[in-house]
Amino acid sequence: MSADTTPAKTPGVGPVEGVAVYDVDHPAPFIEAPRKRTSKTPRSTRGNFEMAAWLFMRLSGVVLVVLVLGHLLIQLVLDGGVSKIGFAFVAGRWASPFWQGWDLLMLWLAMLHGANGLRTVINDYAERPNTRLWLKGLLYTATVFTILLGTLVIFTFDPNIR
Amino acid sequence: MATPTMDKLEALEADNGSHLITVTFRIRRFNPEVSADAVWEDFQLDIDPKERVLDALHKIKWELDGSLTFRRSCAHGICGSDAMRINGRNRLACKTLIKDISPEKPITVEAIKGLTVLKDLVVDMDPFFQAYRDVMPFLVTTGNEPTRERLQSAEDRERFDDTTKCILCAACTSSCPVFWNDGQYFGPAAIVNAHRFIFDSRDEAGEQRLEILNDKDGVWRCRTTFNCTDACPRGIEVTKAIQEVKRALITRRY
Ligand code: HEM
Ligand code: SF4
Ligand code: FES
Repeated sequence: MSADTTPAKTPGVGPVEGVAVYDVDHPAPFIEAPRKRTSKTPRSTRGNFEMAAWLFMRLSGVVLVVLVLGHLLIQLVLDGGVSKIGFAFVAGRWASPFWQGWDLLMLWLAMLHGANGLRTVINDYAERPNTRLWLKGLLYTATVFTILLGTLVIFTFDPNIR
Repeated sequence: MATPTMDKLEALEADNGSHLITVTFRIRRFNPEVSADAVWEDFQLDIDPKERVLDALHKIKWELDGSLTFRRSCAHGICGSDAMRINGRNRLACKTLIKDISPEKPITVEAIKGLTVLKDLVVDMDPFFQAYRDVMPFLVTTGNEPTRERLQSAEDRERFDDTTKCILCAACTSSCPVFWNDGQYFGPAAIVNAHRFIFDSRDEAGEQRLEILNDKDGVWRCRTTFNCTDACPRGIEVTKAIQEVKRALITRRY
């Protein structure tokens, strides 16, 4: 044994580490372990919602390929391209229940798909609970408004309006 | 017969007339007792290009600056303690040869991302291991213990062979952008280790583990970026394992 056997004043703190900041009367601050279950942790965040949302993105995506590409083709390419688009063109298409149904489905699927996609983006990038809350509130409001307005227009469209 | 990289290395060698080359290591230093900011610090070494980044870190710590702090244990790619971001990619320092990572330019070395840096290259792994514990990474069975080992066919073993190779180095989880932004996500490594038991024919808690991963912060947060598969030093097809867990959830529910 070496001569230097003076016991350290605080157990566990050697002389190299300098003066002890904490001791029995001044314990180190308690740091909550990450991912620990506390009273603030929600009891369960499981459920099938995220799975349903994930599935919906794939399924609506497949349908949207047909709906959106078909839509773009008709509107922008075929039969003279954009120059033909006007009130009369829209009125002519919406005279048929088939195109009404097409547009209604496209509206709902694209809006829900896009809104759910943005919800994921907000979950990924907004870190503070309050930021998340506000961004999602804005998103859901805009989504509901657009879907309802679009649906209203498709169903109540009057080709004879002046 | 020299390969292009060997040509470059030979050019570097000519300078000092030995097989050693001069390499700059640009290391992200952080010491909370000195400064709240992390800084890049350059170290120049004459080193054999066939050595590994871990050897270079040893040389720096032993000969240039003893305060350089990093984890390593086995030094042979088995313990998983020395995952770090080398030239912007997560790798094990003990499995990365200097000649393979363009030593003619400064080699950057920094701590893995998404976990709190404690000092230099050492991060707090607690959240990572908590997510690992949460998926119950142990065999769960019911009934009496058999008197002999639990037998399994070669095909049944093959089903989850890939995910048995994990060494819990965190290279995958700390390469995932979803984890960077929200540490509540279980992360690829936890899912890989759940996969290892979910698809093990001897285990009986697969359903329970699937339910755990059917969480708001579970498998559905995966965005299929493949960063984890690229990062894994064991060559595990991490993204594929995650997708298999998603598929198992869907087929068992619908
Ligand atoms: C044309 C056919 C489409 C297909 C096949 C498709 C497919 C997908 C899929 C599979 C995802 C999920 C990605 C992931 O989970 O990582 C996604 C995300 C998303 N989609 Fe679509 N989609 C289509 C059209 C649309 C349309 C018309 C919109 C806008 C209204 C849209 C907006 C979004 C947004 C905002 C996201 C989230 C972005 C992200 O996850 O990075 N998509 N899409
Ligand atoms: S899956 Fe690969 S990268 Fe991820 S912790 Fe395991 S060994 Fe490391
Ligand atoms: S030191 Fe053990 S894996 Fe690199």
